[in-house]
Amino acid sequence: MTSAREEVLGRIRTALGEHRPEVVVPRDYRAADERPAEQLREVLVDRLEDYKASVLRCGPDEVGATVAAALDAGLGPGWDAGSVVVAPGVPAEWRPDGATEDDGRPAVELAAFAATLTGVAVAIAETGTLVLDGGPVSGRRAVSLLPDCLVCVVEAGQVVGGVPEALRRLDPTAPLTMVSGPSATSDIELERVEGVHGPRTLVVVLVA
Amino acid sequence: MTTAPERTDPTPLAPGAPRSGTTFLGLPTAPRGVGHLRGDRPFPDAARDALRDGQLRANLGHATSTIRAKRARVVGEVPDWEQLRQAGKALKTATMARLDEHLVELERQVTARGGTVHWARDAEEANAIVTRLVQATGTDEVVKVKSMATQEIGLNEALEAAGITAHETDLAELIVQLGDDAPSHILVPAIHKNRAEIREIFLRTMPQFQGEGADRDLPDEPRRLAMAARTHLRERFLRAKVAISGANFAVAETGTLAVVESEGNGRMCLTLPQTLITVMGIEKLVPTWRDLEVFLQLLPRSSTGERMNPYTSTWTGVTPGDGPQEFHLVLLDNGRTAVLADEVGREALHCIRCSACLNVCPVYERTGGHSYGSVYPGPIGAVLSPQLTGVEDNASLPYASSLCGACYDACPVAIDIPSILVHLRAEHVEAQEKTTPEAAAFKALSTAMSHPRLWRLTQRAAGLGRLLARGRPTLPPVLPPPASGWTRSRDLPTPPRETFTQAWAREHGGRS
Ligand code: SF4
Repeated sequence: MTSAREEVLGRIRTALGEHRPEVVVPRDYRAADERPAEQLREVLVDRLEDYKASVLRCGPDEVGATVAAALDAGLGPGWDAGSVVVAPGVPAEWRPDGATEDDGRPAVELAAFAATLTGVAVAIAETGTLVLDGGPVSGRRAVSLLPDCLVCVVEAGQVVGGVPEALRRLDPTAPLTMVSGPSATSDIELERVEGVHGPRTLVVVLVA
Repeated sequence: MTTAPERTDPTPLAPGAPRSGTTFLGLPTAPRGVGHLRGDRPFPDAARDALRDGQLRANLGHATSTIRAKRARVVGEVPDWEQLRQAGKALKTATMARLDEHLVELERQVTARGGTVHWARDAEEANAIVTRLVQATGTDEVVKVKSMATQEIGLNEALEAAGITAHETDLAELIVQLGDDAPSHILVPAIHKNRAEIREIFLRTMPQFQGEGADRDLPDEPRRLAMAARTHLRERFLRAKVAISGANFAVAETGTLAVVESEGNGRMCLTLPQTLITVMGIEKLVPTWRDLEVFLQLLPRSSTGERMNPYTSTWTGVTPGDGPQEFHLVLLDNGRTAVLADEVGREALHCIRCSACLNVCPVYERTGGHSYGSVYPGPIGAVLSPQLTGVEDNASLPYASSLCGACYDACPVAIDIPSILVHLRAEHVEAQEKTTPEAAAFKALSTAMSHPRLWRLTQRAAGLGRLLARGRPTLPPVLPPPASGWTRSRDLPTPPRETFTQAWAREHGGRS
């Protein structure tokens, strides 16, 4: 008896027959966005806010203080640093004192944390998207998923214009998560509700 | 827990009858008696009932017009939309032309990165594979993220028969599942339910609202309803051992799978359980990683009318220390190769399930998704379902359209749905063994239209219709058969006093 694999492949060959068209794919869409970097950052902020994320901007030496302000915004003042989990590759200067570094504990235990702090791999201005790549700075996927508040630090050089530029910078085999605003649903009478299963609050710290 | 109401098979099988039809090349279509590709009633009958449901029409009208406006706004923002659309179309054509090679490459890449690939000829084989994989883990419940392919094959029913409970986790799917109902829209499957109905379903079915002393305070605000769903599912996500997902795209050259979603239930399913089983139609491939740059722009804007959906996840095989450590990919045929064999119809396999064509369709807007009988409703359903099942099993669907062409204009991969509809109608008419009045009428019409003298005679004969109309603008709906087959669902205009050719001849002295 032929295997399902051989049979399905055989059916495809029968269906297509001898003559297979050579198809030229036109790639005359925009491959890059040539706008100046500062303009792209402004577009990113505009799009992030449009999708109900909060954005705080700061200089390179103010990241720690701005992350603290972001957590104030997300959790309310007086938050407990121990309830903040950080991806292992996040630089020490960004971290609140007393925050917990992700130590690879069973993923479901991360649900006990109130907030997460990570960096990103790349940010897409035109769509207001942050891409996390599972590396040390972005953290494993469950870290940015289970706690209800997510704070992401985006560095100036990480902002690109559109989707094609972003994909060129990424490793396709890494576990990628593209985040555009807090989780949301419009399933009930099409009324948008921010926050269902993913973090209900997204605060972005843009360093530039 | 049941999932969707059992649908009676419209064509009960005689003992020994073939389980599925075949195309002229001998390629089998999706088998009968399993899954949800066939309705229990022809489209016109189901549609007539739906048209009487005022609430349904109001919900649908609101939904489709809202999404249409959002889509138009974000599509208008993209200066190279048409170029992206043409690239998307060409990419899908290129994929189909070498589908076997791309699938083999996908299999090689997924396997090299720690995943296992399974092939399923049809719904029954896919259900059996998934059931066996779940049983092997020792669990009796799974979490699921919205997947049309698993609805198509009736996976939940198959799992239930094996004693495995499948929890739908998409909010709309959850509403449909708890309400013991069937989805009505690709993107917003519960669009036929309003907030009060959803509140009632939640209060009646969610364990957190049952028993003595349960807090049954649940206002019907969407925010509060969504939070009730969050609480209900959170615990299930955290304890789940196995997740079942669909896939929006698979990249052949890298073995990467992609799921596009909004709520985060997809991320929960793709990240937390130990085992992930993905069921994917063989047409969901793109050849290269770079090709995603086109589809990740086309899909969200066409679908929810967003620049980008809240979450897109991609994964390749297994990543140590991150996410499921066991990954199975089930590649499903179930009639797709029969569609591929039709040079005109195969374009239906290019569909990226954005649902834009539903939202612009005047027929869908009035009849809703249930009337189509299949999990694939709307214009794309009208061309895809009859091809997957064989046109004889969904014979009324190619007629469920006014051929206005709005679907073609909206489609992000430029599928020429109207042309496929006409093609399938012709195929259906040809396939009929006994000649129906409609088939005879179309045949006579085409003969008449190709012979000028006959055409003039026909038009003169149509003048007789004026007598029947008795001065009203349309003919009475109750004409004697066979004409009633036509007028039951259409207003047939009263033929004009004078035909165009007659008027031309009168005004231009017989020159034509
Ligand atoms: S046919 Fe086109 S418009 Fe309709 S769902 Fe598929 S991709 Fe979208």
